[in-house]
Amino acid sequence: MSHHIVEAHDLEYTYPDGTRALYGVSFRITHGESVGLVGANGAGKSTLLQHLSGCLFPVSGTVHIGDFPLTKRNVDDVRRHVGMIFQDPDDQLFMPSVFEDVAFGPLNLGMPPQEVEKRVMDALAVVGATHLANRPPYKISGGEKRAVAIATVLSMAPDILVLDEPSSGLDPRSRRQLIDLLKAFTHTKIIATHDLDLVMDLCERTMVISSGRIVADGPTMEIFSDETLLTDNHLEKPLRMQGV
Amino acid sequence: MHMADALITPVVGGTMWAVTASLTVYCAHKVKEDLDERKVPLMGVLGAFIFAAQMINFTIPATGSSGHLGGGMILAILLGPHAAFLVMASILTVQALFFADGGLLALGCNIFNLGFFPCFLAYPFIYRKIAGDDPTKARLITGATLASIIALQLGAFGVVLETIASNISELPFSTFVLLMQPIHLAIGIVEGLVTAAVITFVWNARPEILRMAHERITGDFSMKKVLAGLAIVAVLTGGIFSWFASAHPDGLEWAMFHTSGAEELEPGANAAYEVLAGVQEKTAFMPDYGFRETASGGDEGEEAEESWPAVNAGTTTAGLVGGFLTLLLAGLIGFTLKHIGRTRETITGA
Amino acid sequence: MTKVETVLGSMNGMNGLSRGNTFIRHLDPRAMLITAMAFIVVVTSFGKYDILGLLPLVIYPVSLMALGNVSFRSIGKKLVYVSPFAIVIGIFNPLFDNQILVQIGDVGISGGWVSFGAIMIKFVLTVSVALILVALSGFEEICHALVKLKVPKVFVSQLLFMHRYIYVMADEASRMVRAHTLRSFKRRGMKISVFCSIISQLLLRTLDRAHRIHTAMVSRGFAGEIPVMHGLKAAPGDVAFVLLWSAFFVLARLYNLPQWLGFFVMEGLT
Repeated sequence: MSHHIVEAHDLEYTYPDGTRALYGVSFRITHGESVGLVGANGAGKSTLLQHLSGCLFPVSGTVHIGDFPLTKRNVDDVRRHVGMIFQDPDDQLFMPSVFEDVAFGPLNLGMPPQEVEKRVMDALAVVGATHLANRPPYKISGGEKRAVAIATVLSMAPDILVLDEPSSGLDPRSRRQLIDLLKAFTHTKIIATHDLDLVMDLCERTMVISSGRIVADGPTMEIFSDETLLTDNHLEKPLRMQGV
Repeated sequence: MHMADALITPVVGGTMWAVTASLTVYCAHKVKEDLDERKVPLMGVLGAFIFAAQMINFTIPATGSSGHLGGGMILAILLGPHAAFLVMASILTVQALFFADGGLLALGCNIFNLGFFPCFLAYPFIYRKIAGDDPTKARLITGATLASIIALQLGAFGVVLETIASNISELPFSTFVLLMQPIHLAIGIVEGLVTAAVITFVWNARPEILRMAHERITGDFSMKKVLAGLAIVAVLTGGIFSWFASAHPDGLEWAMFHTSGAEELEPGANAAYEVLAGVQEKTAFMPDYGFRETASGGDEGEEAEESWPAVNAGTTTAGLVGGFLTLLLAGLIGFTLKHIGRTRETITGA
Repeated sequence: MTKVETVLGSMNGMNGLSRGNTFIRHLDPRAMLITAMAFIVVVTSFGKYDILGLLPLVIYPVSLMALGNVSFRSIGKKLVYVSPFAIVIGIFNPLFDNQILVQIGDVGISGGWVSFGAIMIKFVLTVSVALILVALSGFEEICHALVKLKVPKVFVSQLLFMHRYIYVMADEASRMVRAHTLRSFKRRGMKISVFCSIISQLLLRTLDRAHRIHTAMVSRGFAGEIPVMHGLKAAPGDVAFVLLWSAFFVLARLYNLPQWLGFFVMEGLT
């Protein structure tokens, strides 16, 4: 149970070219929580997310997934529990067929072929993409790519899902399907997005990040009612709250 | 510069295939040894990049004709020779399979001409020697341009040699060379300048990429190793030709000429056979074989007349009738098969 | 439509063009590959002036196209498109080889034209078979066949990876080219300087993309080698396919079948 907790403590990160990205970021997310991460472009959302799956390591500070501090040595163990879904699905679907992409994770985890097959088909069923199993990724639509990208991560049975701009580029229907899908997941969810209405639908808690710092962290409705906070961070009220 | 199957013989194609296959295995081994796992996606997308870039045409100034990027040099600079060779090979393979840009038998030749020379000769011995590890802009441009020019000259010459060795084209050596080399000199200059421009851009925008690339490439390239490799290639090619000429005259006969049903040596066959027999006396196959300085006339005329029975142009009546019927038969078979397929589909309701 | 888009479209279209309900579809890709190579080797082994002997081999590509529901038109178009490469070199043959080799009535045909004809026939045969290969078996299946045929995995995985991203990269490239065309008006073609600029941007984006893909791979446990799951099993039908066709090729190579057919028919008629 405890490995569903995600905790960051005083994270600091600087890019190789010298740009500082994170200045002492701290938070604690508990099992099953659904947290939205919003902020202006370039505020540090993607950078922060990459720290949660060990794609980046902080210059100082720690990340804890469950009871374990995330270090270069236990990165592989931690990655079983954290499923990261990227902004551009083309970056995530790199195998010749959908099936092989969804199988990639379990195969690398060392599972036997029958188990892998089961996991793949189950994951594809959850996202409603079973019929795409033998298609090459360049022959499926944007919404389908998103669904498959989620499946590639689900097949590893993670406890925590980290999503970077999941709804960008989706048509309204695909977007709605995505929201419904994510709603059904009981995983801990951390979603970085500009889509504030999605945050309202899925996340009871929201963190606002600005220039590498967490400037607000609380219940979603509270955050979205604070107009000054929103404007300062290049944000607006969610569409459904406007015109009220 | 991609060679077509129709212009080469199995001997030439097979030899180059053997050479290229060995090189590929060697490079795959080397690439695997390199523990940097970032290269797997990098090789893939860079290959796709070059492929896409080749589809964009630009106009060459002063000529008005259009050209496109080769890319071997850029790959070598960014990936190092072994990975770059594999990427070049993969690009050429896809081009051969999807577009028939270069034949499948000729693929060995094409990979060698367009991959070996830029990656294993031009890159280490010209670009690296001039540009070094931390090049100034001038050195980078000079190195890239010179390397591209030489790589393309060698590649073009490779095409000439392979075509002449196959003896299917009538182009004399001198004419062919005069055709190929100057054109590819111009192409090489353009390619070099484009390469230099692109690398300079990357250098300015993301110097760490080039620094990483240079670091990653442990230049264990000694002139000796490459010369040894080339010597092996020369021995292999010369050897296979000699083997064909001497040890297996029947095999040679089978491969080079056949008359209607008869297997005896025709007078025309003798002439070509003697030429090849002469080849085995020399270690290199270059000087005599197939280098006709004059157009077919004189000696050639006699040979041609003597080989008249060996010509199978199908002009005897039986030949004409048979040829026509064969084609008709082929068409019929095709039509029937297609029709069968269709009915089967409708029957199964698929 | 930019050239890039046209090229992409034709690639996409050719890959596994026929997925018809024919037995060809179930043929092991190794069998297809081996037979195709045998075919090409036999065709290219014919003598310089041998036209008649080549003709029976037409049956192979024709049968494959018919069985696999590959449209003659699509292959034909590609043939025409690539033909300049062979024509440009081959056309020198009639120029250099003027010796009259063959008489049809009063007309004398030089050896050069005969060999040119042979070149063109060889061209049509070899190119169509290469194109049919991908059309029938599909690129991915051919790659699996290559692995089974002991081609280094590093190379095959490079083929698959690159192929997967060709569409993405070409898409990006075509967008930039289109933007250029829309602002080019009367000027035809692209200046080298502009080309360099476009390519450089594209390259930078490519490098970024490589980095992102690597991140995605690593976050799913990638440690250097791409895992492969497929198992190809050769069926008796596949072996028979290879053997029977190869036997036919060798037969056509050793014996002048059309000549025999002609004799036979003429005997029958007289």
